[in-house]
Amino acid sequence: MNTMTLEATGMTAPAKPQTLENETVDSQIKVRETVGAPFCDNAKLKMRNVNVFYSETQAIHNVSLDIGRNEVVAMIGPSGCGKSTFLRCLNRMNDTIEGCRVEGDLTLDDEPIYGPKVDVVPLRARVGMVFQKPNPFPKSIYENVAYGPKIHGIASRRAELDEIVENSLRRAGLWSEVKDRLDKPGTGLSGGQQQRLCIARAIAVSPEVILMDEPCSALDPIATARIEELIDELRKNYTIAIVTHSMQQAARVSQRTAYFHLGHLVEVNDTETVFTNPQHELTEAYITGRFG
Amino acid sequence: MQTPTLFALLLLLVLIAYGTGFSRAAAAARGRGGMRKLAALPSYYGTHTALWCGLPALLLLAVWLVFDEPIIRALVMNGVADMPETIAGRDLLYAQIQNQAAGNLFGEATPQVAAAAERLTDLRNGAQLLQTLMVLILSVGLGAFAMLRFSPQLRAREKVEKVFRIILLGCASAAILTTVGILLSVLFESLRFFQSVPVTEFLFGLHWSPQMALRADQVGSSGAFGAVPLFTGTLMVSAIAMFVAVPVGLMSAIYLAEYAGKRVRAIAKPVLEILAGVPTVVYGFFAALTVAPFVREAAAAVGLQASSESALAAGLVMGVMIIPFVSSLSDDVINAVPQSLRDGALGLGSTQSETIRKVVIPAALPGIVGGVLLAVSRAIGETMIVVMAAGLAANLTANPLESVTTVTVQIVTLLVGDQEFDSPKTLAAFALGLMLFLSTLVLNFIALHVVKKYREQYD
Repeated sequence: MNTMTLEATGMTAPAKPQTLENETVDSQIKVRETVGAPFCDNAKLKMRNVNVFYSETQAIHNVSLDIGRNEVVAMIGPSGCGKSTFLRCLNRMNDTIEGCRVEGDLTLDDEPIYGPKVDVVPLRARVGMVFQKPNPFPKSIYENVAYGPKIHGIASRRAELDEIVENSLRRAGLWSEVKDRLDKPGTGLSGGQQQRLCIARAIAVSPEVILMDEPCSALDPIATARIEELIDELRKNYTIAIVTHSMQQAARVSQRTAYFHLGHLVEVNDTETVFTNPQHELTEAYITGRFG
Repeated sequence: MQTPTLFALLLLLVLIAYGTGFSRAAAAARGRGGMRKLAALPSYYGTHTALWCGLPALLLLAVWLVFDEPIIRALVMNGVADMPETIAGRDLLYAQIQNQAAGNLFGEATPQVAAAAERLTDLRNGAQLLQTLMVLILSVGLGAFAMLRFSPQLRAREKVEKVFRIILLGCASAAILTTVGILLSVLFESLRFFQSVPVTEFLFGLHWSPQMALRADQVGSSGAFGAVPLFTGTLMVSAIAMFVAVPVGLMSAIYLAEYAGKRVRAIAKPVLEILAGVPTVVYGFFAALTVAPFVREAAAAVGLQASSESALAAGLVMGVMIIPFVSSLSDDVINAVPQSLRDGALGLGSTQSETIRKVVIPAALPGIVGGVLLAVSRAIGETMIVVMAAGLAANLTANPLESVTTVTVQIVTLLVGDQEFDSPKTLAAFALGLMLFLSTLVLNFIALHVVKKYREQYD
């Protein structure tokens, strides 16, 4: 929270001290200063003082965070805490939402993400995204994966394209399951296969960062385990930010974990620290299941 | 008693029956200690009694009204001594009798007619009395019967709901039966036409000139019923219309669904749909008086010969008329494409136009095709614009600047004005109508099928 609003709350707080005591855990902890280590040396993405507004409502309050190269950062927190909104700032998917406004400095390899001179199309090619619900295009499996390379002119010849499609599907761990039916519609696959197809589609354009917005929430445990293995595999080549509701998942796949609460970034630390020795009361309350 | 009075009386009886049934059930409920002791709510008992009281009587009245006249006529005509030979002669005689009975025959009636007229009046009065009595007896009797059968265990709700289900079914069947009725009447008249003109000549003949000789010694009007020029004319006008409507309609739908802001959309969509509310006759004179001369002058300016009524003018205006059809249906299916697909495409770095061209439109394509097919069947069936702007000459031509004629226009001209219903000229209209009916039926069937298949994909 910036100083202006701190003063404002500080001025109103003494007026009714009794009500404060009766309120929930959230409001007892007044300071939303991020604890832990939000910054790192080898940062791929740098976010400084990010504020996001939906029309008049503020969804993200003054969040600063780095995401390092070849690192998986998990973002956890109760529903409506702004973690998806924050993730969608990173490849400007929030642009498609009417009335959404993003403030602050966001950079990818020290180049600004927002700004009048930035073209959003190449940015999104560098920062890919996998969504909560598998959303394969109503095209064949091959065409789904080939879509990105085609629009970006990555492959000029059919053989090149074939190679990219095969590689992407192999990396997404889907190749052996679909290699005999590449011309069948992608919508005909099972939920877990569809999600891996979407991951293959995202890595086919060789992005540098992959954003995942609850990629396993629509999947069964076996499909989830496969995706988690895949995330660990992908870390060698990509920087990954993942939003998840499952704390076990965050613990399994990420190196660092960021805990969001009501639009504030409360705590960022090594995943192990967050789950074994949380430094902030809210984080502790959340991971021990007292709310959320 | 006159039928309207009888009807009103019946309605009153029904209301009384409802009240009686209701209060009887309410009283029974009080006597037993609460509504729960009844098998249904009092209003259902009321409706149950009212249905018994009203429905059979109403049905009797309806049947009576249908068979009343034919039976009376048969009885009257049976008593006539020298019956005319022809059907027309009998019709004329009966009309005379009716007029005599109503007292508006001028001149002296023959004794035979006068006697018959008297019989007719008697029969009618008797029938009226009988009708009143029977309807009232049936109504009161069945109402009383329902009241006698009343018991708290009577499952009134189930019975009432069953009757209402049948009534609903009847209403739903009305539309279907009408369609079947139209089809059959057109079919039988067409069969009569095909007795005088071979089917092959009608379907494949290249010359259309439906004037028939009225007398044997007339020359030059032998009648030719080759419908190919009409079909090609229809196809050409419809094709021109679709050339206008599909691109414009589709692109306006894309604009409205993908690019327009909320406020623009809220204004533009209703305004666009006003086009659909303009009466076709207004489009017709717009086409004939404004567009057709413009087409002719434009053609003359580039050195082409255009007739004053042209397929192009009619097609252009018809295309404008169909735009809201295409745009509204396409807009709906484009909006039905899930946002997640757009997000997926944008997230891969597609531009907005790539997203629309490569993901949204392909996903919406089946629905768009369905909408376009519906628009085509509308274009084929459209009459007023082509009557006014396309002309009447049945030219077999591929030149849109010449005047052509369509199936609908010919149906209009064949049936407008003096007509004899048994000449091939008039019957040809029914054969054309049958062709039109079948082709739009097939198109609509395909269109609805395509649209349905598309819907299954995303629900």
